[in-house]
Amino acid sequence: MKSKNTYDVVVIGSGPGGYSAALRAAQLGFDTAVVEKDETLGGVCLNVGCIPSKALLDSSERYHHARHQMAEHGIEINDVRLDLGAMMSRKNKVVAELTKNLWQLLERSKIDIIRGTARVEAPDRVLVTRNEKTGAKNRELGLAARYILLATGSLPNSLPGLDFDDKNIITSTQALEFDTVPDRLGIVGAGYVGLELGSVWQRLGSQVTVIEMLPQAAGSADGQVARTLTRLLKNQGMDIRLKTTVTQAVVKDSQIAVSVKAKDKAETLFFDRLLVSVGRRPRLDGLGLDALGVEKDPDSGRIIVDAAYRTSVSSIYAIGDIIPGPMLAHKASAEGAAAAECMAGLPGEVNYDTLPSVIYTSPEAAGAGMTQEDAKKRKIPFLTGTYPFSGTGRARCFGETDGFVKLIVHEKSDRILGVHIIGPRASDMIAEGVLAMESGITAGGIARMVHSHPTFSEAMQEAAATVRNK
Amino acid sequence: MSREVKVPSVGESVTEALLVQWLKNDGDTVKTDDPLFVIETDKITLEVTADTDGELKIKVKEGETVSIGTVVAVIETSKEHQKETSKKEQEPEKDTPTVPQPSEKMEMPDQIQKTEPDKKIIPENRETGKPAEKPQDAAPPKDNITPSVRRLARENQVNLSDITASGPGGRITRGDILLFLESSGDRADEPDTPAPEKAEPDKIEPHKAAPDKTAPEKIDLEDAEPDEPVTRESMTPIRRKIAAHLLTARQNTAMLTTFNEIDMSRVMAMRQAYKVPFKEKHQVSLGYMSFFIKACIAALKQCPQVNAFVDGNDIVYHHYYHVGVAIGSGKGLVVPVIRHADRLDYAGIEKAIVDFVEKIGNNRLALADLQGGTFTISNGGIYGSLLSTPILNSPQSGILGMHKIEKRPVVIDDEVVIRPMMYVALSYDHRIVDGREAVTFLKQIKACIENPERMLLEV
Repeated sequence: MKSKNTYDVVVIGSGPGGYSAALRAAQLGFDTAVVEKDETLGGVCLNVGCIPSKALLDSSERYHHARHQMAEHGIEINDVRLDLGAMMSRKNKVVAELTKNLWQLLERSKIDIIRGTARVEAPDRVLVTRNEKTGAKNRELGLAARYILLATGSLPNSLPGLDFDDKNIITSTQALEFDTVPDRLGIVGAGYVGLELGSVWQRLGSQVTVIEMLPQAAGSADGQVARTLTRLLKNQGMDIRLKTTVTQAVVKDSQIAVSVKAKDKAETLFFDRLLVSVGRRPRLDGLGLDALGVEKDPDSGRIIVDAAYRTSVSSIYAIGDIIPGPMLAHKASAEGAAAAECMAGLPGEVNYDTLPSVIYTSPEAAGAGMTQEDAKKRKIPFLTGTYPFSGTGRARCFGETDGFVKLIVHEKSDRILGVHIIGPRASDMIAEGVLAMESGITAGGIARMVHSHPTFSEAMQEAAATVRNK
Repeated sequence: MSREVKVPSVGESVTEALLVQWLKNDGDTVKTDDPLFVIETDKITLEVTADTDGELKIKVKEGETVSIGTVVAVIETSKEHQKETSKKEQEPEKDTPTVPQPSEKMEMPDQIQKTEPDKKIIPENRETGKPAEKPQDAAPPKDNITPSVRRLARENQVNLSDITASGPGGRITRGDILLFLESSGDRADEPDTPAPEKAEPDKIEPHKAAPDKTAPEKIDLEDAEPDEPVTRESMTPIRRKIAAHLLTARQNTAMLTTFNEIDMSRVMAMRQAYKVPFKEKHQVSLGYMSFFIKACIAALKQCPQVNAFVDGNDIVYHHYYHVGVAIGSGKGLVVPVIRHADRLDYAGIEKAIVDFVEKIGNNRLALADLQGGTFTISNGGIYGSLLSTPILNSPQSGILGMHKIEKRPVVIDDEVVIRPMMYVALSYDHRIVDGREAVTFLKQIKACIENPERMLLEV
């Protein structure tokens, strides 16, 4: 490869935000490079986040089905056994395929992939310290760039007194790589990471206890959805303790004694592994941004950007988990593409009103737009329409009737403000809600749209129909 | 005061449910709409919310099976509690008309500043001592208004400084502007509630007082009369439908009413003379309705606009005559439609009406019986009404109001004589029916009823 060091756009980080930005930049005719510190592309999402966790969720769900649900369908399976090693290799294979495809995709798009750790030296210069393994002659490589895009993502937060030791007290990364199923898995934080990984290991046989400080699990989900999800997961055997804090954790004989405190009850719980999933923080250390005067929000530590994703240094752009907003892969991708468009003088932007978010438990929970709590807080006159999956023929055939579809609708205009789904295939069904909100289709519009029968999506139509006909 | 919390009905065949979970504790203070408990049946899982504010007293523990209607808790709405909440509710409402949405305004100033490219305004903001949620350093470098938001605001002539931002990092989203537009409609009182003057520009009512602008739904009965007993119940679905339907007619048409009076003596004489033979032959009594429906068909043929609908920018004329007849019932007013009334004879019409009355009595009226009318007749006379202005049955353009027959002195051939008289009213949609046609229509009806032989001869 020719030694080249001048680019139009240098993207730091190859996660969903970074690679989407690089691809869009290349499409728009920019000479583009991506700098990645890890051996594979794709960032947290592809390597240790969305993708491997979904691979395990899908595998563990099949195992659970085989063991517990097939009999109901009249299928008898004897001697169902778990081969965790094979399950993990399949997961690794899925990840390897996707990261390899991504590598090819970037190369085909004539994007240079530079492996190493980046530091922004000047508003138009990036210094890359290359990994030893790359075998490059010069360890350090200076890149000149018209625009620099920061897409460095985030790291798991730690809690004081619960320092990660990568063995007993762990992050989500290690929770995707257990070599045996832990008998007792403790999880601190009932956000989507905690609930998803809890579901994986519970299905594979762990007794899972989730400890959450707040009165509601599932973070910012609609309250009714969150309460339903909590109840259903509890019915599945997950021990979810809300309004409970961890005061201390002591590791002894590869067992963790965790002291927890609820309202006025304190007790000690014992676990084999303790997953701490209490949110994430932007990964900005070592980038050299402070020296350049790139402004950060002092409270959240995130970088402040304008409408075009430009930081206070006009040639440096930032997107994804390091700027305000929910830390979601698809949010970062959308922002990455929009930022590249803004660099090209095009009106790139992201509609934050309709960002969907999904929790891949069973049943799945998905939401987009305002929750009922949001609408109430903002004093918006709204109506709701809900419809249970138990009312749809397809869900009954499928044997999964838990959950419902709920629409939040402006009372005056019938405009859909939010869509919230808990139930089978919620992750895919939410797209209809997002499409409706993006296109200004009203609840009445969805109710009149013909949905095929019998499908899960009929619940969306019925929920829309009940908004004004209760 | 206390309000009982009951297990709601969740479907026809369901008689009991499992109380799965209490979402509140015994003794908790709850607010209207707070989720209280969850019930599960084999069909659905349902969250039940509070319908009043107060202190919750739980009577049934979770895990128990309860039948529908069981009182599972009581919400104590003590005097103090009521006062406290009513005060809270009053304050924002009082403020709303004068200072629109004070709470939103409060938060805005620092967000506006962020959007201004000129950073010099910032120190002033600090001096005002507003509870800035984020220090001013948080201001983004340039401006964080995206092109589509700027365009939406410009198209709707919205000042961005009036908008409360909800996006990440204090961004204004398109949704924020849409919400502002939706809420500002309220304040202007315009698009949503067309004032009566607008709807009836021609109505001859010079003394009409300015319409009461206080939106009826805002009236809080408990606030208005704190000590007087009131009953609040939700409208039944059919009542809600009727309400919405009538309001639509009121708001979406240019409705006005014209009157006439009819000398009923000839029709009454004819009915008297043929009552018995008619009944013998047709097995149904001869009423006035058949005469009026026949008269209406003659009039509709003469004034086809009254039998037409407005559809967007088009007028749709109907070359058939489906006449709705308003019939009062226990559940509310229903308007079954006599289809192709022009093809029926007198007995056929009378039979159709008797059939409908029977169906209503047996609760067998089908949706199809109520659909497709092109014109409606409403007889307020059976309740003793002397005169009224009926509301259009949207999307129809005409409705005839019949009234009671009353002996009145009238002048005929320069002599005052006593005649059985009936006032009739035609409400019509002035958008497509001109005054001349409406008056002609009523005159035709008057002519037909006063001289029933005209209907025979079709003149």
